[in-house]
Amino acid sequence: MRRLPLSLVLAALATYAFLYVPLAVVVAYSFNDSRLNAEWVGFTLDWYRLLFQDEEMLLAARNSLLIALVSSLAATVLGTLAGLAMHRWRFPWLPFLVITPVAMPEILLGVSLLVFFIQVLHLTLGLLSVVLAHITFSIGFVAIVVRARLAGMDESLFEAARDLGATPWQTFRLVTLPLILPAVVAGGVMAFTLSIDDFVITFFTAGVGVSTLPLQIYSMIKIAVTPEVNAVSTLLMLLTLVMVLLAARLDKSFMRGGT
Amino acid sequence: MSATREGRLAKWSVTAPPTLFLLLFFVAPALIVLLAGFQYPGEFGGLAPLADPGDGREHGLTLENYAFFFSDWLFAEILLRSFLVAAAATLICLVMAYPVAWLIARSPRHHRDLLVLLVILPFASNFLVRVYAWMIILGPQAGLAQAVNGFLALFGAGPVNLLFSPFAVLVGMVYVHLPFMILPLYTNLEKHDPALIDTAQDLGANGWQRFWRVTWPLSLPGVFAGAALVFIPVLGMFAVPDILGGTRDMLIGNLIKDQFLGVRDWPFGSVLAIVLTLAVLALAGLAAWAARPRGQYA
Repeated sequence: MRRLPLSLVLAALATYAFLYVPLAVVVAYSFNDSRLNAEWVGFTLDWYRLLFQDEEMLLAARNSLLIALVSSLAATVLGTLAGLAMHRWRFPWLPFLVITPVAMPEILLGVSLLVFFIQVLHLTLGLLSVVLAHITFSIGFVAIVVRARLAGMDESLFEAARDLGATPWQTFRLVTLPLILPAVVAGGVMAFTLSIDDFVITFFTAGVGVSTLPLQIYSMIKIAVTPEVNAVSTLLMLLTLVMVLLAARLDKSFMRGGT
Repeated sequence: MSATREGRLAKWSVTAPPTLFLLLFFVAPALIVLLAGFQYPGEFGGLAPLADPGDGREHGLTLENYAFFFSDWLFAEILLRSFLVAAAATLICLVMAYPVAWLIARSPRHHRDLLVLLVILPFASNFLVRVYAWMIILGPQAGLAQAVNGFLALFGAGPVNLLFSPFAVLVGMVYVHLPFMILPLYTNLEKHDPALIDTAQDLGANGWQRFWRVTWPLSLPGVFAGAALVFIPVLGMFAVPDILGGTRDMLIGNLIKDQFLGVRDWPFGSVLAIVLTLAVLALAGLAAWAARPRGQYA
């Protein structure tokens, strides 16, 4: 193997540092015994203690979890079906329908759902509108992961099942589903992570009635930055870290599909 | 016979649920926005009715919103600024991502997954947290701003604000989108045949020539894929300028957000959303064309 030039390795390391230093700063300041994010004063867990006494924050966390749970379950089912349909029947319009919501700038989906919910469905913005919006953008991610898994599989397995007289439902339940299950679960974990993390689309579809963790963080950043933001950020980082490692362990194509 | 009927049943019971869901919650809302661009604003925000409400208020369809867009240079200027920021962010991402993608692609196979995971991990932390981190780093109390201003003071230059500046917006945009550039580049570079580089070297090409004449042209599909994945989201981004930018760093995303949630002029907001959509579609088409598979010797 040819050795890489030293300058290239150093440039790559600098980019890795650029990726990690800002997050390290947030984590470090979450333990800093000072109201200012300026200099290191001393170690404290006060900001975490404050966080767990903050009623609004706890409610936002509960909403975030509820929305993520419901929307990722629905998106997993719909996304798996979409992935199967894209792989099996190759409708030319289906990839377009499934992937465009993922590829568009989020703000476009956000504003169009806002207008649609209010003007057409006459829905009061709240938990339901956020859940529906999250399902809409998650379907594509699950479908991509599931289709990638299907594309890597041996078609003769399904043919064999059919030749042995299995109905489509039996083929799905006994052959296809067990084979794609890691991708389905990885897609579901991914949808959950995307939902917990989403800010832009939630911002447009939540209205005034419901808050989520990212919305709560946004208003804290905009109004008054306190180190409590560092603490909630650190916890959120820990949660997504666990979720991503889990998804990566479950399915390797997740690494390529990435959020 | 029953097999084909079962097959058809399976086909539609698999395809219909996601299709119907996306028709209802993706296609229909998009069409509503398209229509809203031709409607009058409602009395208290939102949209005016299409049918005559019978009280003499504005209703029906109009081209006024489009006329308004073209009536003021300000909107073209904001759109242009959005394109410039997106182009700059894409270029910086490319320069920063290339060495990393290359390093991963040339690393021993068993290290690659770990190196890729190290790119994805920060990317998985919350988007707002990643933007907020730069509020701390660029903030006036932080060491960086003090060092920069101390340095400037040596030359008698006044203190500058790093935060709430176009610089901060660009840093935030690059930071948030960098992995979108690294991953497609890596996927491309990984497929290069090392024998090509060896041949170039045997033929007397030096390091720069090997890069510019062999590796770079072959990596162009990855470059274009990454560029599209950075350029398009940056173009519509409102949160980064909102948090890190000053009042004059408004981009098209901020303007759209204001129309829908601030002044509540939905018809004009819809026109802006449509303009952004057209820009994105044109760019996606351009990227697909640029990254199209060419002959094996191209």
